[in-house]
Amino acid sequence: MAIFSVVVLTMPLWMQPFGAAYPDILQKFVIFGVFAIGYNILFGLTGYLSFGHAAFLGVGSYTAVWSFKLLTMNIVPAIILSVVMSGIFAVAMGYVALRRSGIYFSILTLAFAQMCYNLAYSVLTPITNGETGLQLAKSDPRIIDRLFSEAGEGLPSTTLFGIETSGYSGFYISAVIMIIVFYISLKIFNSSFGLKLKAIKANQNRMRYLGFNTKPYLLSAFVISGMYAGLAGGLLAATDPLAGAERMQWTASGEVILMTILGGVGTLFGPLLGVIIIKYFENIFSAVNQLDLHSLYAIFPAWLENSLVAISSLFVGEGWHMTLGLLFMFVVAFLPGGVLEGLQLIYKKIKTRLIKNNKSTGTDTDTKQETGANHGE
Amino acid sequence: MSDKKNEQTNILRRRILTAGGAFALAGAMPMFYSTNVWAKDFPNDPTKSKTVTLGFNIPQSGAYADEGADELRAYKLAVMHLNGEGDGGLMNTMKPSMLKGNGILGKKVTFVTGDTQTKSDAARASAKRMIEKDKVIMFSGGSSSGVAIAQQSFAQEAGIIFMAGLTHSNDTTGKDKRRYGFRHFFNAHMSGAALGPVLEKEYGTERNAYHLTADYTWGWTQEESIKNTTEAMGWNTTKTVRTPVGAGDFSQYITPVLNSGADVLILNHYGKDMINSLTQAVQFGLRDKQVNGKDFQIIVPLFSRLMAQGAGDNIKGILGTTNWNWTLQDEGSQAFVKSFGQVYGFPPSQAAHTCYVQTLLYADACERAGTFYPPEVIKALEGHKFDGMGNGATEYRAEDHQCFKDVLVVKGNENATSQFDLLEVVQQVPRSQVEYDASIFGGELGPYKG
Repeated sequence: MAIFSVVVLTMPLWMQPFGAAYPDILQKFVIFGVFAIGYNILFGLTGYLSFGHAAFLGVGSYTAVWSFKLLTMNIVPAIILSVVMSGIFAVAMGYVALRRSGIYFSILTLAFAQMCYNLAYSVLTPITNGETGLQLAKSDPRIIDRLFSEAGEGLPSTTLFGIETSGYSGFYISAVIMIIVFYISLKIFNSSFGLKLKAIKANQNRMRYLGFNTKPYLLSAFVISGMYAGLAGGLLAATDPLAGAERMQWTASGEVILMTILGGVGTLFGPLLGVIIIKYFENIFSAVNQLDLHSLYAIFPAWLENSLVAISSLFVGEGWHMTLGLLFMFVVAFLPGGVLEGLQLIYKKIKTRLIKNNKSTGTDTDTKQETGANHGE
Repeated sequence: MSDKKNEQTNILRRRILTAGGAFALAGAMPMFYSTNVWAKDFPNDPTKSKTVTLGFNIPQSGAYADEGADELRAYKLAVMHLNGEGDGGLMNTMKPSMLKGNGILGKKVTFVTGDTQTKSDAARASAKRMIEKDKVIMFSGGSSSGVAIAQQSFAQEAGIIFMAGLTHSNDTTGKDKRRYGFRHFFNAHMSGAALGPVLEKEYGTERNAYHLTADYTWGWTQEESIKNTTEAMGWNTTKTVRTPVGAGDFSQYITPVLNSGADVLILNHYGKDMINSLTQAVQFGLRDKQVNGKDFQIIVPLFSRLMAQGAGDNIKGILGTTNWNWTLQDEGSQAFVKSFGQVYGFPPSQAAHTCYVQTLLYADACERAGTFYPPEVIKALEGHKFDGMGNGATEYRAEDHQCFKDVLVVKGNENATSQFDLLEVVQQVPRSQVEYDASIFGGELGPYKG
């Protein structure tokens, strides 16, 4: 856990060589990390494939922005409200959708999310501001803030008791929150509650025959993951106070499924890996243009450089979707456990090779190895 | 006693809080910019580097992708010209101009691009990448007013100037205007003011209009402006219907028009949406109909050549307005068409024109201000009068950052001589006729320091 926290908090340093050490993408990494961790609680543990989690993300964002508009620019009430609000939505949606399982459950959640999306676009425009998206205005009431101070010049920015929540400080705040919710999910995974959820995934009928009513467990898992999504939505709004309906579209739900599967379903770290891969592709790969490629291949002779640029330009820039698709196909076909499984395989290979090498060099090191291993356990 | 203790713990807590806050701030300070802390140093200051980077954030996918592609061509051309490559284009005709063809303030211009996907979220993420990672000093782009407004308010927060590309909503320089946002393109209100008299002449004063409107800020304001103009002439508004952006199939919206008793259909659509809705309206036989003893008419208030190209024969004889058209005969327009044609082999669209002009105007403002410091550049642009960029004498109004210039009323060409000669200029409406009071839309520009 401590190592995990350090790795997350030092992201601005070790992301440098990948060209991804700027606040916005780092914020996206951790915020969508929260989203994926929550999604994994439902999908990874119970195996229920929800296609509607983007709705909670959207609800969270809208709630947070309204809190900024009506109450205060402090992000604490905004985030609490967005978690509560998305929790309420999740109860309603889960109550209906969990009456069915398998593909019917997926379709019900998809329908519910699309309904939210279309409502946000049409009937609910006074609340959501439709296509333009909900934004802050100078004339917003902000009741709590007005109790303490006069409205300043220009738009106020979101704060956490005086610390601005954009830029790097926004990343650190989100990262701390992500570490906390990761810890909670770790606890859930290792609890008896988590075990029951895994049992539901393994065989729900057998659970019922044993006398368990599975419904409450499923509903709590659904609501918890919905609240995680709402928290992610609230954080998105906290780092950039704007909410648009496109956050609720089914493609956003699909994205979190992709993240989870790509990284490794049901594992703790897998979804986070998936988030980093997809967001990296979306933001960095999509911006690579031919000029960058030319400078990358500049060491090769001109004809080779040009043909290399021609080939690889298919996969970057606008073609980033294709690269991602190929990667996804590869993972699904060869590594059902996601990228995490791949990393574990590589790790094992290296480890066995090391042990083999040690064995061949003599018994002396062999015994050391063993004592070392004992210590480790 | 207990009071005192309370006070002490209070003070202690406050000290811990401030110390903690200060620590957090100090830790983050070298890396993030806070708009409150810069005096004369400003975000992404290029003074120490040899180059200056501009960001071009355009739609590369979605309903407005065609426009986006043409905008990017124009930006690349503008960068070429600023760096003294190519034939210089409008730099030769712009009056007054301090541009020398050696970049901006002697620094070579480079650029980065991004895809807005015509979504506010994606556009802001892409703009943030440009500002935080690529360190752009100005960003530009457009084709959707919703996206432009979202980017413009972000520009204000970040303290980086945004030169809006194609955006036609009244809100961009009206209720959502920002100190760091500038618009060269005209707006819906000006379209209405220019189109009104022509409509009255062509179709008379007794008409019933049916609006189909793209459901976002641009559609809303255009519907409002056109409605106000036509109702002032004596027209009736039968009904206004909102349609989602990128709907693809408009038949369910067009069928009700047939029996509504309306004799004019006003399409507040743009890009691929307009191509689809117009094509379907024509397929449904609207243009061959007679209602109330009059020929049924279709009007597209905001027209562009790219859309005309997509809609083919269906646009013949249809009235609308446009910011600029490549057939204009003035020196500036000719120079732009020539250098764009030399590089790309076809004439530029109005979207390309406005983006190109915006880039040059920004560069010129930096030269005139003698610095990249945004508040000075903004002051150089505010109230700036220039000529020779097409559209005749133009002014960047200081009160709302809207450019005022002549507006073109156009008609789909009945006998086109080439695949690009699709719009026929009916009237070049003088600037005085489309000017309005800056206060009618409300809104506030905000402070010079983001």
